[in-house]
Amino acid sequence: MTTVDNGVNVEALLGAREVLKGAPEAAAFTWRASSKWAHGVQSQVKIQNYFGLGEEQSHKSESVFDADHPEIFAATDNAITPIEYLLVGLASCLTAGVASVAQNRGIQLRSVEADLEGAHDIRGILGADSDVRNGFNDIKVTFTIDADASKEEIEALVAQSQKRSAVFDALTNPTNVTVEVA
Amino acid sequence: MLERGEVANSWRRERWDSLRLLTPSWQSRLPGVSYDGPDPDGYMTAGEVAELIERFAKVARAPVRTSVNVTSLRRADGGYQVTTSDGDLASQAVVIASGACNRPTVPSLAGAVPGPVAQLTPFDYRDPAQLPDGGVLVVGASATGVQLAAEIQRSGRPVTLSAGEHVRLPRTYRGRDVLWWMDRAGVWDQRHDELDDLTRARKLPSPQLVGTPERITLDLNALADLGVELVGRLQMVRDGSALFSGGLRNVFSLADLKMNRLLEAFDEWAATTGADEVVAAPERFAPTRVPPSPRWRIDLTSGEIRSIVWATGFRPDYGWLDVPVLDAKGQLRHEGGVVDSPGLYALGLPVLRRRRSTFICGIEDDAREVIGHLAGSLGNVKRKS
Ligand SMILES: Cc1cc2nc3c(=O)[nH]c(=O)nc-3n(C[C@H](O)[C@H](O)[C@H](O)COP(=O)(O)OP(=O)(O)OC[C@H]3O[C@@H](n4cnc5c(N)ncnc54)[C@H](O)[C@@H]3O)c2cc1C
Repeated sequence: MTTVDNGVNVEALLGAREVLKGAPEAAAFTWRASSKWAHGVQSQVKIQNYFGLGEEQSHKSESVFDADHPEIFAATDNAITPIEYLLVGLASCLTAGVASVAQNRGIQLRSVEADLEGAHDIRGILGADSDVRNGFNDIKVTFTIDADASKEEIEALVAQSQKRSAVFDALTNPTNVTVEVA
Repeated sequence: MLERGEVANSWRRERWDSLRLLTPSWQSRLPGVSYDGPDPDGYMTAGEVAELIERFAKVARAPVRTSVNVTSLRRADGGYQVTTSDGDLASQAVVIASGACNRPTVPSLAGAVPGPVAQLTPFDYRDPAQLPDGGVLVVGASATGVQLAAEIQRSGRPVTLSAGEHVRLPRTYRGRDVLWWMDRAGVWDQRHDELDDLTRARKLPSPQLVGTPERITLDLNALADLGVELVGRLQMVRDGSALFSGGLRNVFSLADLKMNRLLEAFDEWAATTGADEVVAAPERFAPTRVPPSPRWRIDLTSGEIRSIVWATGFRPDYGWLDVPVLDAKGQLRHEGGVVDSPGLYALGLPVLRRRRSTFICGIEDDAREVIGHLAGSLGNVKRKS
């Protein structure tokens, strides 16, 4: 058997799983983002620091994300819409999951592509119809995967990656969100 | 042998009226006693199981003291001190055979369900007539949940079934009971120390199976055909509304994929052992149909749902066990029934020594091995003294 390399360090992940089983405090992470209003409906969000393994951590560099709304919303369209960031998060989380699970199962990936569609009835956010929800009604993710594996094995990869995905869970299940004024 | 109730107590007091085993009668063997009725391929009622166990108690001349409740077990003088409703006992060795399903598990979110909605566990539930008229939310889609959802729906009360991860199985495959396949293909003989993930195997939900004379398959497609509405896992009750996971499609595909892998393994086994000769041709089942847009919220104050049945599993009750042998989740720490305290043993727990251990037919081999260890350790004690 040739060695499979998807560039995921599965041994490290499995090691972490074992260690954290007995150390729930270390497993408690806090992810942070800070935003600032720019003008109109545009804002800028910066991310660098987070907390985990019992101490403050820092990404190698700061990331900056702009968000705006499209011109057909009478906005400046200098950047993507906030709800589109959910698709960014979901796509990248599921893709990371596919790569990790494939590595763990000894499946060599050649390419993994996903197309996402979020169906959104904007009457909700406009307050045009109180029966329409504000968020996505439906999200559809279509993976195209080229790998040394059967169709069934690839489907199992995609299913397992959803089962262990932070963003999939955050989108499919309710979460308590507290918004306060400092 | 101390029993707080009577012989076969759980089958007399803790099962709903219509319950039949999901395992075929030929399988529910006990040492020296097996089903001798007219239909070995059928499924025993709870009453028939109680009779079988009663018969076994007689044949085995088991020294059962009934109506004796054990209220405390603690270490004492190199052995154990047993406190019961009928006096104390001292013992060198103790086998915990108090069952894995003493209490129904109810999630804490039940506390947020609005008062007017009646709530029942499988221990409260006897038959559908006991439920108020109107909609019923059945939470949990394993054996208990699918069985209760079907009979409640048939009683005319519209059922919404909340499904998390589940184990889908056809009742029969290639003309044989699916449990015949598991038995013959060696699935049930898989040993606890050979499994990749023992913790997971022990927590595996019961399969979506029902024992009926018609040998029907009771998967989620069958329930949808009956008119049962499927929704995702119940995640939260907030402001009087039940909120369900939007991940229903994925729990369906996980269950379909797993079922198909199992059927493939059966086919391979049949092809290599020559069993192909005695069974019908391979078959595959339609994938679980995903409703066009499963509801993610139901307002529990609207009157649509009049009662909730918690089919969310069972757990053991070790409230009487004053020996520190439970893990953080309240489960007994043991290695194949040998508990982490000298002279203490366990029987009758899921995948205790092999997959079969979860079922009635698992006890024979488990008991032989565990009691072998126990006898050996008592022998050592005697030899030392
Ligand atoms: C709803 C349901 C359906 C099932 N269906 C099947 C099936 O179809 N096929 C199958 O093979 N298996 C089935 N099982 C599993 C089956 O119940 C077990 O395999 C089997 O009953 C285990 O027997 P046991 O004697 O270990 O436990 P139990 O039957 O639970 O017996 C334990 C006994 O210990 C007594 N006890 C508990 N605590 C104390 C105490 N402190 N003092 C004194 N006595 C005490 C109880 O009263 C009880 O009589 C099912 C289980 C459930 C819950």
